Amino acid sequence: MANESACRPDREGMLSPYRVLDLTDERGILCGKILADLGADVIQIEPPGGNSARRIGPFYRDEPGPDSSLFWWSYAANKRSITLNLHTPDGRALLKRLLPTADFLVESGAPGELAALGLGYADLAEINPALIVVSITPFGQTGPYADYQAPDLVGIGMAGLMYVTGDPDRAPVRVGFPHFYLHGAGAGATGAMLAHAHRTLTGAGQHVDVSCQDAVARALANAPQSYALDGAVIKRQGSYRQTGSDNYMRITWQCSDGHVNFLFSGGAGAGASANNLVRWMAEEGMGDEYMESLDFTQWGYGTITLEMMGRMVPVIERFMRTHTKQELFDGAVSRRILLFPVATPRDICNDPQLAARDYFRQVPHAAFDEPLTLPGPFANSSACPIEIRYPPPMLGEHNRAVYVDELGLQPQEVARLREVNAV
Amino acid sequence: MRPLEGLKVLDFCWVAVGPMTTSYLAEYGATVVRVESRLRPEVLRSAPPFGGGVRGPNRSAYYANYNANKFGFGLNMAHPQGVEIVKRFAAWADLVTENFTPGTLEKWGLGYDDLCAVKPDVVLFSTSMLGRGGPNSRQPGFGPVLSSLSGMTGLTGWPDRAPTNPYGAYTDFIVPRFAIPTIIAALDYRRRTGRGQHIDVSQLEASLHFLAPPVVEWAMMGREAERCGNRHPSTAPHGAYPCRGDDRWCTIACLSEAHWQALCEVMGQPAWSQDERFATLLARKAHEDALDGLIAEWTQGQDAHDLMRALQAAGVPAGVVQTNRDVIEDPQLTHRGHFVYLDHPEVGRHPVQRSEFHLSAAAPEHRSPAPLLGQHTARVCRDVLGMSDAEIAALMQEGVLEDSTPLPEA
Repeated sequence: MANESACRPDREGMLSPYRVLDLTDERGILCGKILADLGADVIQIEPPGGNSARRIGPFYRDEPGPDSSLFWWSYAANKRSITLNLHTPDGRALLKRLLPTADFLVESGAPGELAALGLGYADLAEINPALIVVSITPFGQTGPYADYQAPDLVGIGMAGLMYVTGDPDRAPVRVGFPHFYLHGAGAGATGAMLAHAHRTLTGAGQHVDVSCQDAVARALANAPQSYALDGAVIKRQGSYRQTGSDNYMRITWQCSDGHVNFLFSGGAGAGASANNLVRWMAEEGMGDEYMESLDFTQWGYGTITLEMMGRMVPVIERFMRTHTKQELFDGAVSRRILLFPVATPRDICNDPQLAARDYFRQVPHAAFDEPLTLPGPFANSSACPIEIRYPPPMLGEHNRAVYVDELGLQPQEVARLREVNAV
Repeated sequence: MRPLEGLKVLDFCWVAVGPMTTSYLAEYGATVVRVESRLRPEVLRSAPPFGGGVRGPNRSAYYANYNANKFGFGLNMAHPQGVEIVKRFAAWADLVTENFTPGTLEKWGLGYDDLCAVKPDVVLFSTSMLGRGGPNSRQPGFGPVLSSLSGMTGLTGWPDRAPTNPYGAYTDFIVPRFAIPTIIAALDYRRRTGRGQHIDVSQLEASLHFLAPPVVEWAMMGREAERCGNRHPSTAPHGAYPCRGDDRWCTIACLSEAHWQALCEVMGQPAWSQDERFATLLARKAHEDALDGLIAEWTQGQDAHDLMRALQAAGVPAGVVQTNRDVIEDPQLTHRGHFVYLDHPEVGRHPVQRSEFHLSAAAPEHRSPAPLLGQHTARVCRDVLGMSDAEIAALMQEGVLEDSTPLPEA
């Protein structure tokens, strides 16, 4: 594989021998980010005007600019950036020169968009048969909805996650941050790595066709099975979760200064936690004889009926309202109760657990005096720690390194290509 | 040849996040031996829906969704010999996976160092709510509650109402996005270098990558995003609109002027696009309540699926807010073979969700439905550990190994 010879025995990342050409916009951007964090050399290939992910707000200091999108920061760190215009013959020629150096290519165009430019999977495989091409689209490459447009809201609704989320007396709601494409792009990283494992056995590349709808449909817990087996149409229940045709768990609770999530359910872990809460309430003189007579570990997970909930929930609600979310969380940690505060971004930034683990990273950036604060590793590795090696790249920051130093173009040629909007 | 041909996995995972992670490995050729005990039953085995509507350890279709293709191995970890058997397995396994509360493996004497003593290049994958280390490391939990600590609950719902949780064990379905590529990357690193490792995933820390911009917004600008229903910070219309029937909705999301103009055409209201309240994006944002009200009047008599098709045909992003029934019957998911129907002796015929990507050179496999508790204990002992039938029988008798015979009623 490309760059295998450059493999260094020490301090290399899990994926450092491999190169990814990343043609995605905000819809597929997380896929390359995951591979980059794992050590791959990910080159974000941007149109000369910049990736559309750079235009997603909010912007640092509310000053829109190509380097100040917080979304871009979050999902482009650890990538390099070159500009390249696929709508010009020179741009396509440059891409074809890069293909033999690449192990993966990731794209998030509409089905057929790259093929129309002569860059479909078959065209790419002809140049580099070992290449793995990952295509991330809302509904996959073929099928009745393949050409539908699906921004986040549309996609989350089509995948079934929205109908079951929100208050019963209002419209369904989407998850409060756009997740449709993050799920699809994340699944793309899994598909890419499975295809890579396959390549180590066969030597051949392949096409990975990801559907974001499929990906979000995998986030529905047991709802599809509830319909298939019980004919139950699961409804959104506000602070409750409907876990089956006639089963519920209570999840979100008001406390004195906000909300907490406490999983009120039976089952091995959740039942023990419920027993522990019942004991805590009794210690504080807020006990309930009926609840103390039950052993919640004897119930199934998510099998408490609404009628039983009606009997027990008001007692727990009263208890929750006498405490702050921090008091409840501290009590939960010492008593092994499945309870977490409903955190705001401020709470997350001040979280003592994240602080103790040095989670957040300070990343210097040439365009700003102050270092960027970015989320830390999604996994800890005893052999190859995930680190932020590159700040989110500036537009075309690595044109020289790639076009001149690596491909051997003359600086004047790069300038000429720039003038005709090819790079 | 299958993508993960030859990969051997000793799988201690339970509930959703772990079994979903290892399900991808089992789907693409790995041999996955799932260790469980009837003395401490896996939570999802007690979760509905159940085959025939009857609760039982082998009847959950929720469990069955994540455990097809795996071998069921019954082992009593409370028995001292249980640990010895795991060590024999460790010598066989390339990958050991677990999502217990941190400290559980270590308490058994099966931490990463212990496993390395048996198999120096083992890859151990661990995931827990908050990761190893830190003051709250041992706090137990499940996905439905972790959504709160990761900020997702607080941002979901209406500004004038309490926050609402994204449905289900939501973070459990986010973490595998990061966990599986990391596991396969670690195996590739091992192939190249001969070195194993311990991967430890904090589910909170992985999930925060699905909420990074709002967190960075507080860290860098001291400003907090707030929940806003279905609205988009910079465009309108953008919402779910009522349709004909009981609780039926269609989303419409105009991200561009072209989308808006096309919507006005479909509505037969080209004049709206000239109305000063709606003529520009900033005007539409300023009059969003009125705009949503007018669109809702137009949508409410219409069939949601017909409306979606008409709007999509006109170039307007729109989609039915699909129920779990719609999802099961969805023509696109059906086209992709998303639900694979398997027959299971106790669950009956049930849908299993396949991987969400199609590999052009490798089909996923669904060789067998989820195992009964302890279904393959004897077979695995024979084939993997090379035990004699006499040894297996003795270990069963001593209560170290468990087969699929149910426990006698207490």
